[in-house]
Amino acid sequence: MVAKYVPKKEDFVFASDQVKKSAVKEAVSGVKHETFKRFMAQRSAVFGAVILVLLILLSLVGPYISGHSYDEQNLSYANMAPRVPLLSGLGIFDGSEDVPKTSGTITENKYETLEITDTYYLFGTDSLGRDMFARCFMGLRISLIIAFAATMINLIIGMNYGIISGYFGGATDLIMQRFIDIISSIPTLVVVTLLMLVLQPGMGSIIVALMVSGWFEMSLIARAEVLKVKELEYVQAAKTMGAGHMHIIFKDIVPNIVGKLVTQIMLSIPQAVFLEAFLSFVGLGMPAGTCSLGTLLSDGFKNAMLHPYKLLPAAIIMILLMVGCHMVAEGVKKATE
Amino acid sequence: MARYIGKRILIAIVTILVILFILFLLLQLMPGSPFNDEKLSAEQIAVLKEKYGLDKPVVVQFLTYVKNMLKGDLGVSYALSPDTPITDLIANRFPVTLKIGFFGMLLGTLTGMLLGFLTAFFKNKVLNVFYNILTLLGVAVPSYLFAMCFSYFLGYRGKLFPLLYDFRSPISSSIMAVVAMSLGVMAVIARFSKAEASDVMKSDYVLFAKCQGLSNTTTILRYVLKNSMMPVITVMASLLVGLLTGSLVIEQMFSIPGVGGLLTNAIAVNDYSVVIALSFVYSVLYIVVMLILDIMYCVIDPRVRLGGKPE
Repeated sequence: MVAKYVPKKEDFVFASDQVKKSAVKEAVSGVKHETFKRFMAQRSAVFGAVILVLLILLSLVGPYISGHSYDEQNLSYANMAPRVPLLSGLGIFDGSEDVPKTSGTITENKYETLEITDTYYLFGTDSLGRDMFARCFMGLRISLIIAFAATMINLIIGMNYGIISGYFGGATDLIMQRFIDIISSIPTLVVVTLLMLVLQPGMGSIIVALMVSGWFEMSLIARAEVLKVKELEYVQAAKTMGAGHMHIIFKDIVPNIVGKLVTQIMLSIPQAVFLEAFLSFVGLGMPAGTCSLGTLLSDGFKNAMLHPYKLLPAAIIMILLMVGCHMVAEGVKKATE
Repeated sequence: MARYIGKRILIAIVTILVILFILFLLLQLMPGSPFNDEKLSAEQIAVLKEKYGLDKPVVVQFLTYVKNMLKGDLGVSYALSPDTPITDLIANRFPVTLKIGFFGMLLGTLTGMLLGFLTAFFKNKVLNVFYNILTLLGVAVPSYLFAMCFSYFLGYRGKLFPLLYDFRSPISSSIMAVVAMSLGVMAVIARFSKAEASDVMKSDYVLFAKCQGLSNTTTILRYVLKNSMMPVITVMASLLVGLLTGSLVIEQMFSIPGVGGLLTNAIAVNDYSVVIALSFVYSVLYIVVMLILDIMYCVIDPRVRLGGKPE
């Protein structure tokens, strides 16, 4: 005989906050874990992430490990070709370069003529005798700072603008979107160029210029996502239960559009690096004396034909950075879909 | 459809006015004026100001400015080549920029479609790897880096093409620039057309066509290609922006006598009037092309034509 179950009073009480919280936590951590696993399952995304981590590490320590400082000029050591320890014994990267002269091309090793064979400039030196290795990674650091700062400001402005516009809809949305229609019809190139003319050249101005031209892309994505998520049952349920706008936006909507936003961030960073380099080419970039990937590229290009080693490292770093960001963006996109 | 096109045109007009207003403000804010000459006395400056209408209220000045700009009178260069009308400066260089941009876009679109469609139709492993590498590089690497590589390896080392633009052989000397600009376009178009084509191949009507006994080739040529080519127009607008920016640097690299070089030179010598005029020209060009693409898409896609919204 089965004993008859007599309902107790506790059975009709809401689960304690503790239980609810741990259940939600479990579900959330499950989703996070799943997303992370899906990201790690993609070889190209992991490869991209490794490239980015390495580049960030190098931008932190790179300027100090070569033994030369990035802005110390030494005119007698100008235009030295790259010389790498160990490899120089094998006859490659030993500091010799082909110099075209009127009588024909000759191979010259400046390290030997200057009798400094125990000095190593890994990436060579520029026309003022500054170490290119330290300069490249210092430049990478500056470019990354500019890109990160601009992207984060874009994210904050764009995300809020897009969420407000999409969430409240109606007349608010209409006015906010017409404003975006107009702003986005002005070419970025024009906005950035004009702003740089007005502002003092420097890191802050470049960040401002990138911000003014980039925030609305982020807002369009945030808005489109909010429109999708807004109508889902769980948001409707939250509304019915009497949740406030703030709670719905930040607790229910934002966590669900993070994937799209992260993808956009990973695409905005290369875009910012690209625009920064563009400004340097046009002559509106970082002022002389400082360096960024853009200034290194545009300086390097000026005598790339004679000394290609001045251009190549910066170009390769930039390509790696761009490709890495795109690989990670693809990975995040696939993992969160 | 008329309503949609009308709205687009209205937005375009408002945008051009907003741009003109910003440019006008900048002109007022910029340091220096054409009458910055020490030899001019105060009375002479007053006479000059009266002559050019600079003594009138700001609103009137703005309206005159809008009228002149829209008429195509972009003002006079101060520093780059003093007293030359900017319209003349631009008119000489504009065709070159347009030609290179157009061919870059055309080459990129054609190769991109080819790559995208081929990868979608033949699910070939080798082709897929090739597609992945090419599109990743094309999307990620800025066109000026391609241009640098070409000019060093093909131009300087290989001696296949002239390093700088040459009036006598405009085609061979701008090939590297055109190809460098087309690669980015190619990558985006390839990705887009591959995605579109894969979607169409999975659609019910293609399955139906196959069930009717149509051969693979006929289905692809008659249904898939046609339906997946149209949406490509929508991405072309956004590509144009990148092309504009890239062309500036590339023109400078190969010394192509286009508008881009003019802008860079004007920035270098602080010739604000030229920079502002060029900003206006670039904006109008961009807005007009966007408008044309929008209208084209609207005409092609029945969903938009019948009053819906483009996706």
